[in-house]
Amino acid sequence: MRVATALRLALVALLAAFLAAPDWFEPVFAPLTENGAPAIYRQASLLQLTIAHLGTVAVASLAATVVAVGLGIFVSRPAGADFLPLSRAIVNVGQTFPPVAVLALAVPAVGFGTAPTLIALFLYGLLPIFENTLAGLRQVPAAVLDSARGMGLTGRQRLVEVELPLALPVILAGVRYSVVVSIGTATIGSTVAARGLGEVIIAGLTSGNTAFVLQGGLVVGVTAVLIHDGLLAAERRAMAARASKA
Amino acid sequence: MRDRDDQRRIDRLGALLAGIGALAAVLLPFVIAKPNRIVAGEPLGLVAALPGAAGWPVAAVLLLAGVLTILDRRPGVRLAVAGAALAAVCLAVGVAADGLTPEGDRYGRVSPGGAFWLLAAVSLLAATDALARMSLRPAGRIGALVIAAGATAALLASGAWADLSFMREYAARADVFWREAARHGVLAVGSLAAAIAMGLPLGILCHRSARLRQALMPTLTLIQTIPSMALFGILMAPLGALAAALPLAHDLGIRGIGLAPALLALFLYALLPVVANTAVGLADVPAAVTDAGRGMGLTDRQLLTRVELPLAFPVILTGIRIVLVQNIGLATVAALIGGGGFGTFVFQGIGQTAMDLVLLGAVPTIALAFASAVILDAAAEAARRRPA
Repeated sequence: MRVATALRLALVALLAAFLAAPDWFEPVFAPLTENGAPAIYRQASLLQLTIAHLGTVAVASLAATVVAVGLGIFVSRPAGADFLPLSRAIVNVGQTFPPVAVLALAVPAVGFGTAPTLIALFLYGLLPIFENTLAGLRQVPAAVLDSARGMGLTGRQRLVEVELPLALPVILAGVRYSVVVSIGTATIGSTVAARGLGEVIIAGLTSGNTAFVLQGGLVVGVTAVLIHDGLLAAERRAMAARASKA
Repeated sequence: MRDRDDQRRIDRLGALLAGIGALAAVLLPFVIAKPNRIVAGEPLGLVAALPGAAGWPVAAVLLLAGVLTILDRRPGVRLAVAGAALAAVCLAVGVAADGLTPEGDRYGRVSPGGAFWLLAAVSLLAATDALARMSLRPAGRIGALVIAAGATAALLASGAWADLSFMREYAARADVFWREAARHGVLAVGSLAAAIAMGLPLGILCHRSARLRQALMPTLTLIQTIPSMALFGILMAPLGALAAALPLAHDLGIRGIGLAPALLALFLYALLPVVANTAVGLADVPAAVTDAGRGMGLTDRQLLTRVELPLAFPVILTGIRIVLVQNIGLATVAALIGGGGFGTFVFQGIGQTAMDLVLLGAVPTIALAFASAVILDAAAEAARRRPA
């Protein structure tokens, strides 16, 4: 565990150094270029591209979380029961849609740029969170709900004080999965002119410069791993804090 | 008594879908007619788009379908109603395109408009909902898929859509379309086959050795976090170097761009679900069963092939389903490195802002992924139901 923590800290430091001063790393990437092509992407600041990339993911994920959790709660209440079979079917079918197709089909509706990427990430991110919200709410034991009812809690109190806290770990796992997938998927957004790290990879692909492809891919991959681990640690800490309080 | 109440109460989902459909039909264009592929077109509503007064009977069918979806809660009726609405919308858009295209015109493009897409979408959703409420068994789901595929094929073969924009794009490049389709299949299925050939033994080894599992699983998970575009690109370099160093490899088709890096990348993405599901499936086999097998004098090998693998089969099949659906989607990205497939049309279309071309690539990809998911889900469920 301690080795893993040290490794992660080193990775964070390396990523920060690379984003702050990419030129220091020129010797690392230089062997990958041919005919004196530049080894470091300089058309835009890598730091700003990373911030733009993560900003898009954050906005889409936040919206997806709010909507997906809301929908999950709605269809598991009596008032939303009519929508349950279809919403589950949509989650199953929706996950078979390739991100590239969703992205490309969003373009005629909203034009090029960051907007289609936001829509695709939002729609794609909804599915796992919704699925996990439903699964989390359904796994609350009937006996627990019955005793909550027996204690005189209203439907709203049962939801806020019993069901959601019990479902929280599963919901958070869904959010984490959704965010990590979005970080990778957002790179494809650059094919429709969204600002993000995909820009670096595409510049590399179109000019045959492996150094660009590698640095764009590495920054995205390392960020995804670190954010995954960070969210996991935050979840564990929150659960531990709650367990010691209860 | 409760049943009867249920029958009488209006269906909220039906009301929502019918409401969206009605708004779309009234407010949005049914088709957009363009004198050529690039310029902005003229939006036409449902009634204006269809020749003569043909729009009114279509509107009447849709209205009736909407009312029935709100009031009737029997899944069979709802499915038939949704199917009828979908058929009406699909036939109407073909008739509209035919009527709006002057005889012999090769440049005009009639694209489906927002009303068509939304009406088709709500009909499909209503049909999906009816099917979900029927909770069909695996064979029933495959049957429904076959009927849907047959109806689609009949619609396309009949030529009713021949004057629609994306069918014109298809007609202009039919041979390329089927070549890319075959390429897409090779990418998705070829990488899957390789992943099964290698992933199954690896999964078995992971089941037996905790140390291998602890070393392999994080690596495979790490590969999954590399964005697809980057992995495709990164693999170009070593394969390009290999081809330059070994003329034989080059002659075998191993090159920096094209099929080889795409296949390799898809294979790497496919490994994790296959290996993980094999290991999990084997771990789920109850110890009592393997003990009994051993007690009967089965060797390790016999135990594996006759007891453990058959019991783990449904879980392994679920892993294969994940891989196939994921690879069909990811194979579109292969077009960026010259790997071909349906992604070629998608990225060409994005580049030329020709959305009909995007549709030509995106719709078959979605259909393919969806059909594979239905078939493999049904297979996994059937395998689970049948005691091995």
